[in-house]
Amino acid sequence: MTEILSKLSLYLQYPFVRYALIVGTLIALCSSLLGVTLVLKRFSFIGDGLSHVAFGAMAIAAVLNLTNNMPLVLAVTVICAVLLLRTGANAKIKGDAAVAMISVGALAVGYLLMNIFAKSSNLSGDVCSTLFGSTSILTLGKTDVILCCALSAAVIIIFILFYNKIFCVTFDETFARSAGTKAGVYNLIIAVVTAVIIVLAMNLVGSLLISALVIFPALSAMRVFKSFRSVTICSAVLSVFCALTGMLISVLAGTPVGSTIVAVDIVTFAVFSVISLIKRGAK
Amino acid sequence: MSVLSCRGVSLGYEGRIIAENINFDIEQGDYVCITGENGSGKSTLIKAILGLLPHAAGTITEGDGVKHTEIGYLPQQTDIQRDFPASVWEIVLSGCQSRAGMRPFYNREEKQTAESNIEKTGLSALKKRCYRELSGGQQQRVLLARALCAARKMILLDEPAAALDPMASAEMYGLINKINKEDKITVLMVSHDVASALKYADKLLHIGETVFFGNRDEYVKNVLSKGFMPGGGND
Ligand SMILES: Nc1ncnc2c1ncn2[C@@H]1O[C@H](COP(=O)(O)OP(=O)(O)OP(=O)(O)O)[C@@H](O)[C@H]1O
Ligand SMILES: [Mg+2]
Repeated sequence: MTEILSKLSLYLQYPFVRYALIVGTLIALCSSLLGVTLVLKRFSFIGDGLSHVAFGAMAIAAVLNLTNNMPLVLAVTVICAVLLLRTGANAKIKGDAAVAMISVGALAVGYLLMNIFAKSSNLSGDVCSTLFGSTSILTLGKTDVILCCALSAAVIIIFILFYNKIFCVTFDETFARSAGTKAGVYNLIIAVVTAVIIVLAMNLVGSLLISALVIFPALSAMRVFKSFRSVTICSAVLSVFCALTGMLISVLAGTPVGSTIVAVDIVTFAVFSVISLIKRGAK
Repeated sequence: MSVLSCRGVSLGYEGRIIAENINFDIEQGDYVCITGENGSGKSTLIKAILGLLPHAAGTITEGDGVKHTEIGYLPQQTDIQRDFPASVWEIVLSGCQSRAGMRPFYNREEKQTAESNIEKTGLSALKKRCYRELSGGQQQRVLLARALCAARKMILLDEPAAALDPMASAEMYGLINKINKEDKITVLMVSHDVASALKYADKLLHIGETVFFGNRDEYVKNVLSKGFMPGGGND
């Protein structure tokens, strides 16, 4: 035990490890806040879809030889998020089908572009690290961390300020509109915030595992808690806990960051399922 | 001056007209029932009044300081998710949304409004319970309490007792009548239950091939006796 602790304190002396912990915690917090709404709006897979869009945009940025791909990736992802959440309202193509379409399409085009214009010899390594998240969270610079903190703070503030409206619009959109709430505006806000979180989270877990960050804490919380507020708070706490635990394990054991976090998420989901069964049995 | 007046209103979807030339005036404190066959356009009229749908022709005007965001609304069907985690308290409080406007949080007055509407609808014991674990009748009362939070002068109810057993629906109608008489809230209600409609309503609106608006006696004479409302005439 003391051995682990001393190893940990050794690692914590490195700034990049501290940066990774800060960024990881913030991203986990943001994604879980929105996760509850997205799961309830039947957009569990939007994280997946949008992250593939971001992957496609990254491929384009790589082909164009952009040094800073963040603005392009963010813009493309936001536009797609808005389009996707729009179709939810008056769907000619239903939400899940639209998400699947864009997701698979972007993935294919992205991979194709990377393949045709590849400059690096280690193509499959590159693709693998974008999909599963790499060590890139351990290579964050100071500006990345500041940017991430600012965006996360914005997301959290927006969420708190619009918490009641988001509840209203998610729970019963028709009633919300009859009460004069501009449901379209709030859906737009949700879409933009989702896109921002996903672009942020790509660094942490890579595009394949983002859905896990969005879905697992919300689903675990919904097993046990029954009100919107308690579910939201519980999923935020869970998500931060899982992300921290996952990152520490991965630092100590040298496992891949993204998959380790998701593994911890799965374990907590199992634990919460058991708790809910026991609670129901006790009644 | 009337609180709501419709002049020559036509309703339709994408160019297809479903009901034409609807005229009526509602005064403050009225209890109005809307009847008509399935698909005649009752729910569509309610939505048009709330500004959720455009109407094809005519004018709908609110008077006496009633804004359509200040009308309580109990929808016929809600697309509420079956697994949505929300407590009775959270749902009823969300009815204060239009009062709060752009303010992000509810103030004490709004919380008190929610509290008193929970009491009024007999939900005090269920306040902390999860909505999805309630019975259909209890859920309907939660949505009524939410609508009451939004209603400052008027409430629109779209078949509030449709899925309830006779006991529960009698209770529901009694509750609505009480709200109308004691709190002086104007009630506009869609109902297929002609007997109860005749029992409580001051005025009735029938939508169908012919549109009729008038008081109880005129309704019996013009609508029931001519068989526009089959099954309604015998009680
Ligand atoms: N979104 C829609 N798009 C196109 N047509 C619609 C739409 N909603 C309803 N309609 C049509 O408009 C007509 C009136 O519908 P409405 O829901 O107003 O009927 P209603 O009088 O409330 O019936 P019910 O007693 O069954 O509730 C129906 O013929 C229906 O098919
Ligand atoms: Mg209807």
